[in-house]
Amino acid sequence: MNNETNKHWLQRLLDNIWLLLVLGVLIPFLSYTVWGWIEIALVRPAQMP
Amino acid sequence: MSSTLAIPLPAPMPVRPEVGARKCATTGLNVCLTAEKFIKLTAVSAVVFLLLGGIAAILLALTRWQAVHLLPVDWFYRILTFHGLNMLIFWILFFEVAVLYFTCTTPLNARLFSAKVAWAGFIQMIVGAVMVDYIILAGKADVLMTSYLPLVAHPLFYLGIILVATGTLTGVFNFFATLYVAKRDRTYEGSLPLVTYGATAAAIIAVVTLLHGAIVMIPTFTYAMGWTAQPDPMWYRMIWWGLGHQSQQVNVAAMVAIWYLIGNLTTGAKPLNETVCRAAFVLYILFINLASAHHLLVDPAVGSAWKIWNTSYAMYLAVLASMIHGFTVPASVEFAMREKGYTKGLFGWVTHLPWRNPAFSGALLSLLIFGFIGGITGVTLGTQQINIIAHNTLRITGHFHATVVGGTSLAFMALTYYVIPLIFRRNFIWRSAARAQPWMFGGGILLVSLGMSFAGSMGVPRRIYDIDHSGAFGPAAHLMLGVMGIGAILAAAGLFLFCILCVGTLLFGEKTGNRAMADWGVAQALAGSREGSLADDHWAVKGTIALTAVFLASFAVYYFANWKALADVWPVR
Repeated sequence: MNNETNKHWLQRLLDNIWLLLVLGVLIPFLSYTVWGWIEIALVRPAQMP
Repeated sequence: MSSTLAIPLPAPMPVRPEVGARKCATTGLNVCLTAEKFIKLTAVSAVVFLLLGGIAAILLALTRWQAVHLLPVDWFYRILTFHGLNMLIFWILFFEVAVLYFTCTTPLNARLFSAKVAWAGFIQMIVGAVMVDYIILAGKADVLMTSYLPLVAHPLFYLGIILVATGTLTGVFNFFATLYVAKRDRTYEGSLPLVTYGATAAAIIAVVTLLHGAIVMIPTFTYAMGWTAQPDPMWYRMIWWGLGHQSQQVNVAAMVAIWYLIGNLTTGAKPLNETVCRAAFVLYILFINLASAHHLLVDPAVGSAWKIWNTSYAMYLAVLASMIHGFTVPASVEFAMREKGYTKGLFGWVTHLPWRNPAFSGALLSLLIFGFIGGITGVTLGTQQINIIAHNTLRITGHFHATVVGGTSLAFMALTYYVIPLIFRRNFIWRSAARAQPWMFGGGILLVSLGMSFAGSMGVPRRIYDIDHSGAFGPAAHLMLGVMGIGAILAAAGLFLFCILCVGTLLFGEKTGNRAMADWGVAQALAGSREGSLADDHWAVKGTIALTAVFLASFAVYYFANWKALADVWPVR
């Protein structure tokens, strides 16, 4: 346990695979999927001439 | 052998009786028998799909090689669909599940979380993959791998892909559950070994990838069944590339983990700075998946800000990660070689590398092809402005044959030269052919990639059956298609040789039992050399620094040349 608390915060971050899992899912979903989805939803349908 | 393996991996702990493990006679590590069974199942399945995809590949290359033009038009698009799914999805995902099951058990001295979960995942994957292949060959899914709406395939095509995705997700769940149990039971101490860490990065990326697969394929399946309305085609393309491109990023993380492992197995290399390597994997986890936007650079429904931000891998942080790995792997090999006493000049150590070891030569070729061809072209083609002169040309295909085939597939093949002796416990047959195989395959793919890239630079489109009807392409373009065709023949020969070696070894290879595997040849230390002797030498990797300078210069020249090409076709007055 002492070894865990003595670790540098960056090392603790690198070792926390569950936090990385959450961030790894969240960031691409927000940046690529949700943002892209919003952009597509805001496109107005073309009017037929 | 065990002395080299022990560097990055934890010391083997005693086998606990309830674990159901055996002690590897070569590495001294404990191998979970349940994991071993599923590694065998998924690896064999992967090689079968590789063979199917390889047969399709040579048929396609001999059709795009206009002088041969082998297939009729309907079979061209059918086989193109078949090739894409077998090579980019099935071969890769099955092998990756094998990699995940290995890396979460043996290096951690752990047991696989659940055989039932592993069976559930494997059955879904194999049923789904067979279903997809059958439907394609039956002519009911000529929609190419991307299956862009409004093209519609038979519902079983989508259901099969959904099953492969959910099956792989089930395997990924088993991987994470194994990591949790191993940590809880303290089967290892400290941080995860680097190879397991890299596989964890691949698994996290896979979660995002497969969720996108489910999001896009389920409504498309219900549409194909006639139950729901057609999903919006633009929405489909965006979500689909969350599956299609991101699945290749899973490969990148797994491939890099394999580079580190093979570097260690064959030369005793260990990362110069493990924290930096782990940080590079974290950059992959956080940012590499954004690059799916490359495929939508000419789509009108998403804006420039979205395109530029996402194709930059969040301002190139994931590219930085690849460059860190691309430097660290050869640098760690150079460092290990110099510590073994090969200190002459910039590149004196290179001639003493274990070139006759097919795992080493395969991994090194994988690194060079991925970095110099795939990496440079990828970042350049992913630039929004330059993409406008390359989109939907054979340049794109040339790029990803360097990354996915020359990079990932070759790395997976290289690892197989250890997987079969260590997991199946049989020594390879026809070892002289095995030593030549990575060179055949790597050389062939290099020609394929260059031929496609140069033909694409002349405007030759991808996914087109016949370019002669337009009369737009001269002899230079046809010459490059010929280079691609010759490369494809060489690469296919290398691929078939690989399959023959694998199957032949499984059937006829000498059983090792409790003996160590036959040595492929590893780097030997010279008399008087000493590990740790270069710890304070800041120029101990000067050969790799010189290679990095060559890489960066190549990158700059290629990038500038593309901006020049853009200016030529689209002059600003």
